Amino acid sequence: MELADKLQARGRQTPLRRGLSVKGQRYLFIYSCLLLPLLFFASVRILPILYSFHVSFREWDLLSEVKPFVGLGNYAALLQDTIFLQSLRNTLIYVAVGVPGQLLAGLIVALLLHRIGRFKGLYRTVYFIPYVTSVVAAGWVFRWILMKNGIANGILLGLGLEPQLFLGSPSQAIYLVIAAMIWQGVGFQMLIFLTGLENIPRMYYDAASIDGAGSWRRFLHITLPLLNPVMVFSVVIGSIGFLQSFSEVLNMTGGGPLNSTVSLVLHIYNLAFKHFKMGEAAAATVVLFAMILALSLLQLKVLNKRADD
Amino acid sequence: MRRLTALSAAAAPRRAAASRSLTGAASYVLLTAGVLAMVFPFLWMVATSLKPPGEVFSLSLIPQQATLANYAELFRDSSFPKWISNSFIVALVTTASVIFFDTITGYVLAKFSFYGKQVIFVAILSTLMVPTEMLIIPWYLLSVKLGWVDTFAGLLFPGLISAFGIFLMKQFMESVPSELLDAARIDGMSEWGILFKIAVPLVRPALATLFILSFLGSWNAFIWPLIITQTEANFTIPVGTAFFSSELKDNSGWVMIMTGAAVSVLPLILLFFLFQKQIIRGISLTGLK
Amino acid sequence: MHKHKVLRFNRRTAGAAALSIALLLAGCGGSEGSAPAASGQPKAGESAAAAGEEKITLEYWQYQYPAKVELITKLIADFEKLHPNITVKQTNFPYDQYNEKVATLVPAGKGPDIINLYYGWLPKYVSSGYLQPLPEPVFSEESVKKEFFPFVETAKFNGKYYAIPTAVRTLALFYNKDLFKKAGLDPSKPPATWTELVETGKKLTEKDAKGQFVIEGIAWQPGAQLHHWYRDALVYQAGGKDISDDRRRILWAESPAGLVAFKYLIDLSLVHKIGTKDFYTDDITAFKTGHAAMNIDGSFQLGGLKKDAPNLNYAIAPLPSYKEKATQVSFWANGITKNVQGKKLEAAAEFLKFLTSREVQEQWVEKVGELPAKKEVALQDKYTKDEKLGPFIGQLDYANAHFFVDEKLEKDYFTEAVDEVVLNAVPYEKAYEELVKKTQKLYDDYWAKQDKK
Repeated sequence: MELADKLQARGRQTPLRRGLSVKGQRYLFIYSCLLLPLLFFASVRILPILYSFHVSFREWDLLSEVKPFVGLGNYAALLQDTIFLQSLRNTLIYVAVGVPGQLLAGLIVALLLHRIGRFKGLYRTVYFIPYVTSVVAAGWVFRWILMKNGIANGILLGLGLEPQLFLGSPSQAIYLVIAAMIWQGVGFQMLIFLTGLENIPRMYYDAASIDGAGSWRRFLHITLPLLNPVMVFSVVIGSIGFLQSFSEVLNMTGGGPLNSTVSLVLHIYNLAFKHFKMGEAAAATVVLFAMILALSLLQLKVLNKRADD
Repeated sequence: MRRLTALSAAAAPRRAAASRSLTGAASYVLLTAGVLAMVFPFLWMVATSLKPPGEVFSLSLIPQQATLANYAELFRDSSFPKWISNSFIVALVTTASVIFFDTITGYVLAKFSFYGKQVIFVAILSTLMVPTEMLIIPWYLLSVKLGWVDTFAGLLFPGLISAFGIFLMKQFMESVPSELLDAARIDGMSEWGILFKIAVPLVRPALATLFILSFLGSWNAFIWPLIITQTEANFTIPVGTAFFSSELKDNSGWVMIMTGAAVSVLPLILLFFLFQKQIIRGISLTGLK
Repeated sequence: MHKHKVLRFNRRTAGAAALSIALLLAGCGGSEGSAPAASGQPKAGESAAAAGEEKITLEYWQYQYPAKVELITKLIADFEKLHPNITVKQTNFPYDQYNEKVATLVPAGKGPDIINLYYGWLPKYVSSGYLQPLPEPVFSEESVKKEFFPFVETAKFNGKYYAIPTAVRTLALFYNKDLFKKAGLDPSKPPATWTELVETGKKLTEKDAKGQFVIEGIAWQPGAQLHHWYRDALVYQAGGKDISDDRRRILWAESPAGLVAFKYLIDLSLVHKIGTKDFYTDDITAFKTGHAAMNIDGSFQLGGLKKDAPNLNYAIAPLPSYKEKATQVSFWANGITKNVQGKKLEAAAEFLKFLTSREVQEQWVEKVGELPAKKEVALQDKYTKDEKLGPFIGQLDYANAHFFVDEKLEKDYFTEAVDEVVLNAVPYEKAYEELVKKTQKLYDDYWAKQDKK
């Protein structure tokens, strides 16, 4: 507001303004509105990407003053880096298990909520609360629940079952981290699906009922196809989200045990800020960027195809 | 069409109604089970935060000697109050900036036609595809050059304008009738006046949505604050909470984390209840674009 | 306390946010090139002003540990009283993130004049040119060698000392006397050999009907002190050696000792089942809460135990030995950064001299629980005969300090090797071979770089 007033005041004082045509004044307004945002996006979003490429071609040790050009050396180093390769594999698991898991959980809750009449708002609210919770807080709470002498093992023992290593186990940890992420994201998915469901005209179902379609068939032939655009959206958003797994991993396992939960972003963070290898980290960033770009292009293609139909 | 609906209603046998109420009951049972899973972590967190040191490892949900001592310690003996104020400052400044810039940008993109408009809009939207995680290294190196490491400037700059917010505001601004704006122009109102006195009041609900989403995002942000803040006094709540873990060596560390987590989550839940409608609408809108 | 931006912020409004973007953009324009930031330079004006008025401000960085911070605050006040023209400003960093926080601030041009570093990080800081050798007249090679314990040599590079400790820490066996009595053992006879440690551990271990640990005989946390115990104690005790004298070759695999020690360490948990990872979150918590009867830990733990578990009835014994006696010693040392010169350098030397003085070292023992770094201070009767301190000091004669080239990775590799055996049932030999190979590669890379210079 302040800025706006100032601009306005300045505008009045200059003789230029009085001389400007209506069209000119309008353009002055348009560009004074757009100037800072455009500069912002160029300098904070777009140039840094180019800068990432630049850094990825150099041996860029944070502590040393020379940053020699090494060509594709950092990329070659990544291929030799077993933890990087493991982080790629893990990231694949995060996406391949997390996205469908979250989708399914969200869909089920949305379908159930769509059926009920009373307390719908209350349920919706409760399912949504984890989404507004800080990942750090949630991560540590899960860690606390899942520790060796924690409540989860307490319950298992109480039921006469074997206690588990949970986050200490290389085979279980990653799925538990994913479960925590689903816990946080289910409310968001539910909301998206709920909106989608509410937009499906009632009459489709009624017509199908007359045709004698059972509820499963109605779901299969009406609900699912009509939710499709919503699902494509969810898959893309979800995939990008799970591709960037970081906070949950760092706070729940730190990447262990035996690197079984290290995600690509966590590895980038470690390379850059624990080992100070900015060049290699930037190279890994470029890999991540390529993956996300490919995914986004795929989405465009799928959506366009749908539009053509 | 109406006839069809009426027909189907009439045709619906009573049996179906009975089975619907049965599946309805099953829905409630399933949903309630899910609610327990959603809520339990919060209960356990609060329970731990109320336990005295001797009880930290007890597996009872209800503390035998509930105490607020942990909260007292959190506010008295740790930097937590500082982190709260840091988080508030960052969230408020970020949100104010986002609202201001996203509103004017969304307005211009929605209500004016000019050369390059489509390109600009697509360019801004496409930055949504570039995740924060990919930018941390260039941002950090940039901050090093500008001397912004461990400062508020460094903490703030990446979030000052949001592409998503621009998209959101553009959508809402499009619903503002152009005739109204033109009428004001004929009355001799300046463009800025039209924007703030006529357009903005009409999209107030959208501003509320933007406010809450931006505040939430900033309050919970982790990776960038983790990198850019260095000294304890400059941490935000999430970074500070994770920092307690380095004090895990004494078992009060866990309690402090749980207490800190409880304190950091409460304002958000409160905010959520207050702005539930706006949040839900904002997110539904995301899904429908 | 810190130069805060908070104050400035109160005046800021949304309009100011616009201003900061403008600033950002201005900065961006000039930053497209890739000129590296000047690192660690003190602001020119600051030092000039200091020289003119004879007022000198020293910036001191250390990690956050309550007992230590408290003491340093008091010591700084004492020092400033002795030297009214010098002001020392301290900044504290979280312990877990100290190295990364410091290393990321240094290129940002924010540097201390004196910095407290773990000795294992020194090679990195020295080889990147961040530290300068300690000023000669005050800390000459001979005097350091004469006054300090020999392992302080790990802070010597190319014949020069780059950092000097106030205090050092050794590893010893902590044991819970009450749990000893409960198990029918004599608390005055702690285990003295490898075999005794296992046997005592078995007697102390308590499990419930479901086979779950109630009390572990000995805490067993590979990510905590066990890797130190291995490198600097177990390997030597088994008759081996950690590293060659020129610091280039890891010698674990040169004799059977390395693998014997590796297997012994793992078998405590895997075969004898007298300890388990992550029990009550970690070794220290398990010991403090009386869920671990013994723990291998450092003297720095004494302060924390006094504070958090004042009623814990425990004692200290030298590390159980095998063929030889050995323990691990480590230290945090203070170094001076490269751009400190002139009057400021004199002041910095003065501060270091103060921090290594007898009086300070004695206060350090009492408040923090760490051992004096100077021989004549440490070997006084009041310490060697002390029930708790005695065993730590008694071991100083045969204490080793591993020369780290990358403290974090070396620890990670070790923890991984142990996890491979315990969690993935990889054969000891295979995991061990991998560990030696990976660790040796770190050294090869480090020295390849050094030799190029």
